[in-house]
Amino acid sequence: MARRTEQQLTDRRIVTRAIADAFRKLRPQTILRNPVMFVVEVGAALTTIQLGWNLLHHGGEIGFGFQITLWLWFTVLFANFAEAMAEGRGKAQAETLRKARTETPARRLRADGSTEMVVSTALHAGDVVMVTAGEFIPGDGEVVEGVASVDESAITGESAPVIREAGGDRSAVTGGTRVLSDEIRVQITSNPGETFLDRMIGLVEGASRKKTPNEVALNILLAGLTIIFLLAVVTLEPFAVYTGAPQNLFVLISLLVCLIPTTIGGLLSAIGIAGMDRLIQRNVIALSGRAVEAAGDVDVLLLDKTGTITLGNRQATAFFPCPGVEEIELARTAQLASLADETPEGRSIVVLAKEKYGLRGQELAQHNPTFIPFSAQTRMSGVDLDALQIRKGAPDAIARHVAARGNPVPEEAQRAVRDISSEGGTPLLVAADGRLLGAVALTDIVKGGIHERFGQLRAMGIRTVMITGDNPLTAAFIARQAGVDDFLAEAKPEDKMRLIRNEQAKGKLVAMTGDGTNDAPALAQADVGVAMNTGTQAAKEAGNMVDLDSSPTKLIEIVEIGKQLLITRGALTTFSVANDVAKYFAILPAMFAAAFPQLEVLNVMHLASPESAVLSAVIFNALIIVALIPLALRGVRYRPLGAAALLKRNLLIYGLGGVVAPFVGIKLIDLLLTHLRIV
Amino acid sequence: MTVGGWFQIALYLLVIFLITKPMGVFLAKVFSREKTFLDPVLRPVEKAVYRLCGVDEKREMRWTEYAVAMLAFSGVSMTLLYLIERTQKWLPLNPQKLPNVPPFLAFGTAASFTTNTNWQAYNGETTMSYLTQMAGLAYHNFVSAAVGIVLAIALVRGIARRETDKLGNFWVDMTRCLLWVLLPVCLVASLVLVSQGVIQNFHPYTQAQLISPHWVQAPGADGKPTVEKIARQVIPEGPVASQEAIKEFGTNGGGFFGANSAHPFENPTPFSNFLELALIFAIPSGLTFTLGRMTGSERHGWAVWTAMAFLFFVGVTATYWAESQGNPLFHGVDQHASALQPGGNMEGKEARFGDADSVLFATVTTDASCGAVNSTFDSYTPLGGMVPLVNILLGEVVFGGVGAGLYGMIVFVILAVFIAGLMVGRTPEYLGKKIEAYEVKMAMLAILILTVTILVFSAIAVTQPFGVSSITNPGPHGLTQVLYAYASSAGNNGSAFAGLNANTPWYNASTALAQLLGRFFMIIPILAIAGSLAGKKTAPESQGTFPVTGPLFSTLLVATIVIVGALTFFPALSLGPILEHLMMTAGKIF
Repeated sequence: MARRTEQQLTDRRIVTRAIADAFRKLRPQTILRNPVMFVVEVGAALTTIQLGWNLLHHGGEIGFGFQITLWLWFTVLFANFAEAMAEGRGKAQAETLRKARTETPARRLRADGSTEMVVSTALHAGDVVMVTAGEFIPGDGEVVEGVASVDESAITGESAPVIREAGGDRSAVTGGTRVLSDEIRVQITSNPGETFLDRMIGLVEGASRKKTPNEVALNILLAGLTIIFLLAVVTLEPFAVYTGAPQNLFVLISLLVCLIPTTIGGLLSAIGIAGMDRLIQRNVIALSGRAVEAAGDVDVLLLDKTGTITLGNRQATAFFPCPGVEEIELARTAQLASLADETPEGRSIVVLAKEKYGLRGQELAQHNPTFIPFSAQTRMSGVDLDALQIRKGAPDAIARHVAARGNPVPEEAQRAVRDISSEGGTPLLVAADGRLLGAVALTDIVKGGIHERFGQLRAMGIRTVMITGDNPLTAAFIARQAGVDDFLAEAKPEDKMRLIRNEQAKGKLVAMTGDGTNDAPALAQADVGVAMNTGTQAAKEAGNMVDLDSSPTKLIEIVEIGKQLLITRGALTTFSVANDVAKYFAILPAMFAAAFPQLEVLNVMHLASPESAVLSAVIFNALIIVALIPLALRGVRYRPLGAAALLKRNLLIYGLGGVVAPFVGIKLIDLLLTHLRIV
Repeated sequence: MTVGGWFQIALYLLVIFLITKPMGVFLAKVFSREKTFLDPVLRPVEKAVYRLCGVDEKREMRWTEYAVAMLAFSGVSMTLLYLIERTQKWLPLNPQKLPNVPPFLAFGTAASFTTNTNWQAYNGETTMSYLTQMAGLAYHNFVSAAVGIVLAIALVRGIARRETDKLGNFWVDMTRCLLWVLLPVCLVASLVLVSQGVIQNFHPYTQAQLISPHWVQAPGADGKPTVEKIARQVIPEGPVASQEAIKEFGTNGGGFFGANSAHPFENPTPFSNFLELALIFAIPSGLTFTLGRMTGSERHGWAVWTAMAFLFFVGVTATYWAESQGNPLFHGVDQHASALQPGGNMEGKEARFGDADSVLFATVTTDASCGAVNSTFDSYTPLGGMVPLVNILLGEVVFGGVGAGLYGMIVFVILAVFIAGLMVGRTPEYLGKKIEAYEVKMAMLAILILTVTILVFSAIAVTQPFGVSSITNPGPHGLTQVLYAYASSAGNNGSAFAGLNANTPWYNASTALAQLLGRFFMIIPILAIAGSLAGKKTAPESQGTFPVTGPLFSTLLVATIVIVGALTFFPALSLGPILEHLMMTAGKIF
């Protein structure tokens, strides 16, 4: 699968299949899951029977009854279509994933060390298989021996191969991915049908979708409102009979369907599926819908410093020469010392010297270089050239090295070391032939825009906590620079765990990312635990989401998607409930104006006739579902605002808008119907 | 409408505003067992009560235990009242030698007073002995009010507490409510009412000689109309003052006399009228502040108060406007306000009160689930009479009955928070408590019970002969009468629209059933919500928390009440008072 791009809502294949599914979903057993639409379907069935009766006996409403019945069925179909559309995108992805799941041969290791050929579907947890270059990994597992490069594009959509090796945090492999080089032994960790790929297919297809807690609560509310309106309509008939204006079935069912919250009832499951789908578009697999909702509720984000807040590793940012030393000389020397240093810090020194002074350092080969690697004992590295001995390293190590040659460490150099440390950087000293040339500052580079991002999170009421192994001084400096609310310095896995427990005890919801096996307990404890796909199997099992891109900043996007999901639900519920005001004013005068012309004053929209009024309301009610499908699938645009501002804005749009929109819509439909002489 | 009338209404609202905080603080202290100035006198009494009844005041109850205690207490009290009514003939303090109350009426009355409804299908002065009035009815006026208050307190505790299953001790809460709140205030208020002319005695009824006798036409024994000369009048007496204060302060509304607060012995002066009005809203309004104080968000309490005050003001304005218009079909009758008369529709109103004080009383008593009246709603203009009906249909959450108003309002708060709360991008939270499936289910159940009871009973009544036969004014007005009877019963208001003959087996039984359903089936889900909320963690407030304070929230709350609470009844109302109004403007009255 190529990197997933936003599929167009109008993808013809998906639409065609969704239309077919909409009819399939008319089955009462299926629709019973949705109490609101079930009532509409029963209503439509009743009007159909009444219509048939009228046709057979040539009595009662026929033309009007036919149109009402038709639009009631459309209402159900539109809601089914919305759900099918939401599922459609997942189904398309599931098909692609299924291709990766085809049976592959596997070489299983016997107890005596020999191998046997079996099919991948016969593998069980605990089996060990050999996989060599060019072969597919037959199932999920841990690399127990060897190291290999693996093409995981079938799962992640990322074409660059990744390294998987035994031990450590990069040992997990996924079934259906392909080994590109070397040979590894993999211990299988999942049984047939329970593999990661199986679960993923189930999730994107929506097959294993359970209603999330909030969805259940919302369904109860909608069912309750439906019962209340059902009562209001059922008892209206006795009142109407008492008053002397009995009603026909078509009008009563029209009133009922218009009053019950069909808009949200029809779109609710589509919103949920689309929310999960939006995560999948961003290469995040949520292992439960509950986790997506929890993401919207998160109060505290635990973010790893490296990769999330800062750019990977620390980098050289400045040279501080000693008195009497030109900065360019210090830069050249530091570059020479780092040419063979393959660490990211070493490379960054080479790059800084090049950027600042255009130094390229090619002349090295002519001088019989001998590289001195870094060691834990000496805590310095360097290079010996013809007549020059260059060393760089930790300040105290270089200071000893210089002092041993009888040279002083100037006050300026000591101050530079202190300044760099206090600003959160790491100082290195550079010496040539035992003479101190100056200091190099290595600092963490805070990612661009991250400060604003945290500001937005704060406005949303989310606290960010930076987790780092740095000392408190450095951590404090970076925390300040990045704008996080708090930090945990010199963090060990158990510290993380304690932090999460403390926050949860205060009633807060915590989200974190992790990849290592030692992150697993914390991932399991966190309310939203996002495991990196590159991480260990243990981490992936402990978390409730897996990020296929293994991007540490993904957590922020996940929170936004969670919030967007909840906002969309709330907005459409409010809209749906607010719609009722106008529908009363359309249908009630139409019901009773014939018997009591005085009630015509309630016809504030001046709808043409009682029939056109009722029909317009029913048509509006059906069409609004279709009109809102794109919003349900895309989600209400999310804005990082505080709750009060967000509420005001959304209440204005969906609350007030929900009151006004149907007045306009019903009137327009009525004008159109009368213009076309349909009623 | 007159300046004087508006001044009365504005003054009333101001007084209620000023009472709210002191009353709220006092209630919070009483139920949090903090020290109050009454402690030196009442604390020994309280301890004696517990010793006598074997109550362990330290022991708290889970919601189920609280509910069982409340139900058991109400059941025993109701049975006692029924027995007193059925045996009053043989009991003391019956100078008029009134017979035992018939079974259906006795059952209906027992249900009605136990549920704080005080629906009266009888006239007190011709049906109830002094003993029944005092030991039976007044007793219930105190304890049914206390039950409402302590339930509201239990719910507030549920919101305020965290990770516990305890809501307090029902017996302790009841005792403190009676000793600290209801008895002292009623003692003082009764004496003030006596100073205004409310009577308090055990005399037999006075036979008075009329100064100017008058003649009335009545059907004689042979069916032909005969003219009868009336020269004497029976003036009922009784221990009225002691029952009058709690009638308002406990939002009970059951009058000593059939004429209720329109009777000069119950409500003699403009001042007594104002005092009675203030007593009705005192506790319901104060409880909003108690809610804020006990949950640590006084601003939330005020936001709820604002929503209530707004709905009250809209209601009173609408009724006042409708009534001051007068009857458009009275041609040539002066209905304008002048120095000689208050103007407007005066049918069914006391000339002493005029239309301003009458509509104020009508709005307050129906907002507050009280049911005391000083005018007859049946004679109001259609729209003027619709407002009291709508007030009850909203669930009596506009200040509402003592306790019942607050817990009913919190149900709407929960719904408002749940419907709109999602729009801030979080699972809905109310003061730090997550609103989940269980709370929504219980809140919907509470709302459903009211709707089902009112609509189903009314639908049966208007289509069956045993229901229709009691309607005195057929047509839309009759529908209003029936709707009002069941709304008033299910809402535990107790005021009657009048005009409906409610003393029939069907109406006595069905209204009693409606009262019991509206009271106890409403209370149980509410206690369940309290129990569930108490067990939850409280999420700390942040920028992302749904705001339950400020004008935006008040607006949202009002919108939720109107759309969920009132729109359900819009079809019924449009065939009742709305249709009647439109037909009246077209020249037809009922």
